[in-house]
Amino acid sequence: MAIDYSFPEKTDFSIQIKDLRKTFDGKEFVLNGLNLKIPKGSLTAIIGFSGTGKSVMLKHLLGLFKPTSGYIEVLQQDLSSLSNEKLIQFRKNFGVLFQGSALFDDMTVLENVCFPLIEHQSHLPVEKIIEIAGTKLKQVGLDEKHFEKLPSQISGGMQKRTGLARALALDPEILFYDEPTTGLDPILTEMVDNLIVETHQLHAGKTSVVISHDLDAAFRIADYVAMLNAGQVLLFGKPEEFFNSEIELVKRFVTKGMKRK
Amino acid sequence: MKWINLAEDNFNSFFLEVGAIIIFGIDSVRQIFKKPFRYLELVRHMEFVGNQSLLIICLTSLFTGLALSFQIYLGFKLFNAVNFVGPTVGLGITRELGPVLTGLIVSARAGGAMAARLGTMRVNEQIDALDVMGINTKHYLIAPRILASMICMPLLTAVFDFVAMLGSWFLCVKLVEIDEAIFWDKVTGILEIRHINEGLFKSCIFGLVFAIICSYRGFNTTGGAKGVGEATNRGVVMSMVMIIILDYFLTNLIRVYYQLAGIAA
Repeated sequence: MAIDYSFPEKTDFSIQIKDLRKTFDGKEFVLNGLNLKIPKGSLTAIIGFSGTGKSVMLKHLLGLFKPTSGYIEVLQQDLSSLSNEKLIQFRKNFGVLFQGSALFDDMTVLENVCFPLIEHQSHLPVEKIIEIAGTKLKQVGLDEKHFEKLPSQISGGMQKRTGLARALALDPEILFYDEPTTGLDPILTEMVDNLIVETHQLHAGKTSVVISHDLDAAFRIADYVAMLNAGQVLLFGKPEEFFNSEIELVKRFVTKGMKRK
Repeated sequence: MKWINLAEDNFNSFFLEVGAIIIFGIDSVRQIFKKPFRYLELVRHMEFVGNQSLLIICLTSLFTGLALSFQIYLGFKLFNAVNFVGPTVGLGITRELGPVLTGLIVSARAGGAMAARLGTMRVNEQIDALDVMGINTKHYLIAPRILASMICMPLLTAVFDFVAMLGSWFLCVKLVEIDEAIFWDKVTGILEIRHINEGLFKSCIFGLVFAIICSYRGFNTTGGAKGVGEATNRGVVMSMVMIIILDYFLTNLIRVYYQLAGIAA
């Protein structure tokens, strides 16, 4: 399915996916001819029912999965042309906030944020690395008194903040949020949503991609929304276009999603 | 015909898995030689595999030495050959029981923990997080574990050999009253350094094997907490079986080497 959305002329894209197909068993296609363009500097939400291929698409964008066929271009780089070693290096351009934060449980909050800096900017003195990590943690609203705590000693909200600070540590070009509010209570959900918007505003020019089930948040925070169904993009556009859509599945998804709220 | 198909499927999946483990192992071992060398991680894993296994190795080796000596003593007494209990135990311990039992114990303790730790990291998306941070996960997570196991296993085997021989000495000299001078004379007369080296070489290979198998299992865990349990269980069982099978082939390989080198086995 082709995307019929017309972007303004001379739009730069951070991500371009063309006819992406993926099968794990050789029979059933999880992604079945997916096309998507994400403009540079935008905050784009990817929504859809469970099992529609959102997470599989994300793993393709991160280079964790190889496509069965199709083309993926991220930051003007064809991912399939990169060797494994170069792909590992290329991933420095990405920051990812995982659903469960994925913090290293044997490291303190500060060490978690220092870690990517130590790995990739080892030329910096330790004091500078700690200073950068501290700044990132404060940027996402984490108080200094929690810096020396282990992830198990802080709340879920603080873990999300730490995960986001770690994702921001290397000043990535693209920030991915993998279902950041799934399983959180409404207050925490709002806090994370606000954090995403604030972070996006603070890092102007950087692209953010949010994979989400949370329709309300997706429509509230995103510049663009893409709805996936059966491994294809069913609809792509500005949030208001979803409310006016005549596509039955979109209408059902929007109505049910908003009702639940 | 159904059972033939089933057997064929199992046969194929077994060899596919063995192939996957070998590829994983080769790739991980290659990472050991790549920069940056992770000294800190290596020391951390050596402390875990080596230092934390020390007590359990001492305890099991002491009683292995005692029990083995007692059984051999009872047998040799029938032929009036009790003076040869010490060297017989020495040869058995240094060449076979030392490396094999150390391999089994350490693979159960440290290998199981490796699989569980990596499995938990996988299901909690920590390995994915490392991947997207641009960190080579095999270089960071697997290579130091393999190297630490390969270094620690011979050291632990040496400790096993030493403590088991102390156990043998205690039983022979203090409990069944074999003359101490004869005991040591026979042990040092028959037991050679190469016998000890044989066991140390085997144990290094066992360390490589269990670290690769358990790391592979943990690294490729799927399915949450249940998956971690299964990965740990399968990693440990497969390591133990492989150690015992491999021991036979290594023993033969060493015999062939002795023959080629013109050394009496």
